[in-house]
Amino acid sequence: MITRVEVRRERALRKSLAREGSAYAFLSPYALLFIVFIVVPVGMAVLLSFTYFDTIQPPRLIGLSNYIMLITQDEVFMKYVLPNTISFAVITGPGGYILSFLLAWMLAQLPRIPRTILALILYSPSMTSGVTMAAVWQTLFSGDQNGYLNAFLLNMNVIQEPVQWLQSPRYLMPIMIIVTLWSSMGVGFLAMLAGMLEINPELYEAGSIDGISNRWQEIFHITIPSMKPQMLFGAVMSIVGSFQAGAIGVTLSGSNPTPQYAGQLIVNHIEDYGFLRYEMGYAAAVSVVLLLMVLFFSRLANRLFHEE
Amino acid sequence: MAQRVRRRSYSLRNSMINPAGYHPSQLKFYVILLPLVLFMLLPIVFIISNAFKPLAELFAYPPRFFVVNPTLKNFSDLFSLMSTSDVPVSRYLFNSVAITILSVCASILVSTTAAYALSKKRFRLKKALFTINTIALMFVPVAVTIPRFLVIVRLGLMDTFAVHILPALAMPVGVFLMKQFADGIPDELIEAAQIDGASDVAIYWRIILPMIRPAIATIAILTFQATWNNAETSALYINHESLKTFAFYLTTLTSTASGTNVVAGQGMAAAATLIMFMPNLLMFILLQSQVMSTMSHSGIR
Repeated sequence: MITRVEVRRERALRKSLAREGSAYAFLSPYALLFIVFIVVPVGMAVLLSFTYFDTIQPPRLIGLSNYIMLITQDEVFMKYVLPNTISFAVITGPGGYILSFLLAWMLAQLPRIPRTILALILYSPSMTSGVTMAAVWQTLFSGDQNGYLNAFLLNMNVIQEPVQWLQSPRYLMPIMIIVTLWSSMGVGFLAMLAGMLEINPELYEAGSIDGISNRWQEIFHITIPSMKPQMLFGAVMSIVGSFQAGAIGVTLSGSNPTPQYAGQLIVNHIEDYGFLRYEMGYAAAVSVVLLLMVLFFSRLANRLFHEE
Repeated sequence: MAQRVRRRSYSLRNSMINPAGYHPSQLKFYVILLPLVLFMLLPIVFIISNAFKPLAELFAYPPRFFVVNPTLKNFSDLFSLMSTSDVPVSRYLFNSVAITILSVCASILVSTTAAYALSKKRFRLKKALFTINTIALMFVPVAVTIPRFLVIVRLGLMDTFAVHILPALAMPVGVFLMKQFADGIPDELIEAAQIDGASDVAIYWRIILPMIRPAIATIAILTFQATWNNAETSALYINHESLKTFAFYLTTLTSTASGTNVVAGQGMAAAATLIMFMPNLLMFILLQSQVMSTMSHSGIR
């Protein structure tokens, strides 16, 4: 004999199943795409990184050899790619982030209409993508005297003869950094601006009664603590952005590897091994290292800005 | 009392966030911002100015930044040109427009449904799944170009229209922003609708969607930028020239390998760059206030 309690329990179970079922139904299209295009590729990268795979023969397990080779024998990686990537990421990541914050902070203190116009102009470069801007940069930094920068500097007598900006190991990296910083006021910048505008003005008044006397104190004691979540979002966006921007050197110089590896970043190294040499296993190991680097820096940002 | 008043005016001077109007204290920000903004604007102005330059001006010495005799010749050249494999430029443009529209619509559908579940439904894995999505914000797609390539080959998506659209739909930042925004909808509203007998689909359609319109506008922009500017998909996954995008075509215009006249290519590339850039700008101008209201919910907590 079935008791009433059991009946009720069964009904509740069925109800919760129906409810959960509909939740999963709503979630499933995204979840499926997420698994196919993000989870599976990441998983495959990890697995492939332990194999030798030239796309013709099936992958052959070789343990940690790829990683060992990366650390001990890949001279290009250790000598150029890693230092380049780190200096590029450190300057464009935190640099772009601090720049975004300061610009957002100044903009937040302007009235609505000029603020909107200036924010639009600052955001507009991030609408362009490296590849579609190639023609513009190649004309501006063109190596002959017809190049705009060359003509300008020749005219000002700063240089005596045209400089091969994009082919020169000396200038390629600085130009990559400038171009990336130029387009770094993206989603993170908008988030920080919006976050700042949402801060309750009474907090500032309370702060000044409590003895906050200048704008720097205000930034560190009121502004940043009140918008930590947006600060974290902005930080993650700028870390990802600066590692993602890796193709810029190849786009600017027009060749992979870049001249004397001056602009070679980890992303180009992956492409070099994966699509030019077909050493997929090795390229996968480099990919895993890249993902770990992003994760590491994001964790660091998380430490800084996470709310308890 | 006098001290109180002085303090108060001091505090007002200090907290000029979102001021209502002009105040002399804002002047210093204009002094810093304006030169910087002008510098940032230079390449954008250059894109516009360059597109209307006749060939003589494109190669003039000394080069001039601004166009003197504007012409539409670059645009007419661009559209009368056939690529090396007899595909007219309008075909690339049509592909790009179709792909972008489909991606934006599909992305809105996929992200809103997922965000509705993650924000308003109750189920066991909810928290864990949202955390996974937040971690995926740190995902760098270029890092897994190769395994992604293998997945796409295995799924038989090579040389299909779908390969332009499907990968773009897995956009963690879209679902993240959408979910954070949907969290602002009061639960009581949904409970009231449930008591009135509204189905899940009805709640999603009649309550959630209208209330998260700013977030939808934001996702639309992000997806738009990602797909409209995407040249990589065409380069990696498409062999049929007639399925490639305008962004890809633009990259071939200036590369010496493509066989088009490099000199004439410059003018067309300038015109094509402007065509690439303008829709981005217009979309953002139209939707900027919606984007800003989404961004105030963007924090990672």
